[in-house]
Amino acid sequence: METTLLIYLFFVFLLSAVLGFELISKVPSTLHTPLMSGSNAISGIAIVGALLAAGSGTDDSLSRWLGLAALIAATINVVGGYLVTDRMLEMFKKKDDKQ
Amino acid sequence: MNHWIDIAYMLSAGAFIFGIKQLSSPATARRGNILSSAGMLLAIIVTLLNKGILDFQWIVVGVVAGSVIGALAARLIAMTSMPEMVALFNGSGGLASMLVAWEAHRRSPSAEGFQNATVLISVFIGALTFTGSLIAWGKLSGKLPGRPFLFPGQKPLNLLLILGVIGVAIAFCLGGGANATFFYAILGVALLLGVLTTIPIGGADMPVIIALLNSYSGLAACATGFVLRNNVLVVTGSLVGASGIILTQIMCKAMNRSLGNVLFSGFGSASASKKQDQIEGEVKPISVEDTFILLEAARSVAVVPGYGMAVAQAQHAVHELGEILEANGAQVQYAIHPVAGRMPGHMNVLLAEANVPYEQLVEMEAINPVMETVDVCLIIGANDIVNPAAAEDPTSPIHGMPIIEAHKARTVIVMKRSMASGFAGIDNALFFRENSRMLFGDARQTLQGLVAEFKG
Repeated sequence: METTLLIYLFFVFLLSAVLGFELISKVPSTLHTPLMSGSNAISGIAIVGALLAAGSGTDDSLSRWLGLAALIAATINVVGGYLVTDRMLEMFKKKDDKQ
Repeated sequence: MNHWIDIAYMLSAGAFIFGIKQLSSPATARRGNILSSAGMLLAIIVTLLNKGILDFQWIVVGVVAGSVIGALAARLIAMTSMPEMVALFNGSGGLASMLVAWEAHRRSPSAEGFQNATVLISVFIGALTFTGSLIAWGKLSGKLPGRPFLFPGQKPLNLLLILGVIGVAIAFCLGGGANATFFYAILGVALLLGVLTTIPIGGADMPVIIALLNSYSGLAACATGFVLRNNVLVVTGSLVGASGIILTQIMCKAMNRSLGNVLFSGFGSASASKKQDQIEGEVKPISVEDTFILLEAARSVAVVPGYGMAVAQAQHAVHELGEILEANGAQVQYAIHPVAGRMPGHMNVLLAEANVPYEQLVEMEAINPVMETVDVCLIIGANDIVNPAAAEDPTSPIHGMPIIEAHKARTVIVMKRSMASGFAGIDNALFFRENSRMLFGDARQTLQGLVAEFKG
């Protein structure tokens, strides 16, 4: 079971990497900065692991602090990343409406 | 229950993929970002329903603290400071992945070699991303000198550290992951390597390094996904990892240099410029009044912005002048070099902030063939990206780098604070050309002066 799961994860890894290459090569250079900060916000998906770590209810104090720190860092990444991307894209959008 | 969680994660991954896809057009980009954030929210909610979560107290503390910091940072930051903000967010992503893997290893230690290897990879990449991003932030925000920092034995030291990490990592995995000293040694060296590999990178190479760190933060999340056996982390991490690598490649190509050259050559340090021959010719300054006369008569104007425009915060003044020139009957275009500024797309964001319509932004490949028809090419704080030596002088350190061929325009006006050389540490042959005029001064004040001339 364990090996099957790992092979499955590698499979997923390979396909997503190829998909990532395909998706990004079509983004025009005008949008490179929002793309970067947007994809950076997505990499804050580590928040899923951070939630599990921070909520484990462990008695080990180092573990608890690690979990809390991980959650704060991941939340900054997610919330800040999406908001700042939205702020930038709003500026790109404005002129679109004017046309 | 577990199946529902997996299905929800699948939907999240789908939202990220379509979100990125919609980012490829300015019209749908904002929607794409919202879709992707909805996917993130779904992943978070579903994770909270997980039975493994017993204690919500710390979660509330962490989420509230992180949200407040993140939201304030995103709201308050000036657009000109965007590169360092992106670097910081990157760093926090790397830090999160590192801490999650560390905590997972501590809470449920495993004797299994593969599991321990994934923990180490995750901690290593996460730590590297974290300190590397901090250094990048320091350089971009001016808190650290932007010049490459080199010392003798730098490369052998890095190589030695990397070999050391590999050796200790193998010992750690073979020892069943029990040796805490080995673990902390790897963590410490990874943090150190993040610093050591970023300090030799100079300011103008920052677009490459920001894109690369972005890629690392994705790969760190992906490795954490292997640690936790979590598919959504693997999918998302590898998507971001791949996107960062593509961007890195685009940036390297725009400078005609390999990634290895950007990372290890210490480009832009004083030693790189020694071979340069003295450029013959004379620099011809021009006054604001004379520039006004030239611009007033121009039918076609190309504006080439560079990092200097960001430093002077001149984007609004640029747009104001652009509108006046258009009202005066000139065709105005903004020629954007892919590596102008300090991050990919830096100039585009600033000009968007100043409300320059993106139809007027043209890429290097589009402007060069028509440059000969441009009456006045206005260079605002750009240097190396318009240096004709890149095309004409085989001994130049930037030889082969694609440039915006400003020198082919009928008249070139270079706005610059002083005659200091650009990032590459070399003189710019453009300034000495017959058709070039230098307009010295702060870019914003100069532009406002020009606007005043038109209005007066």
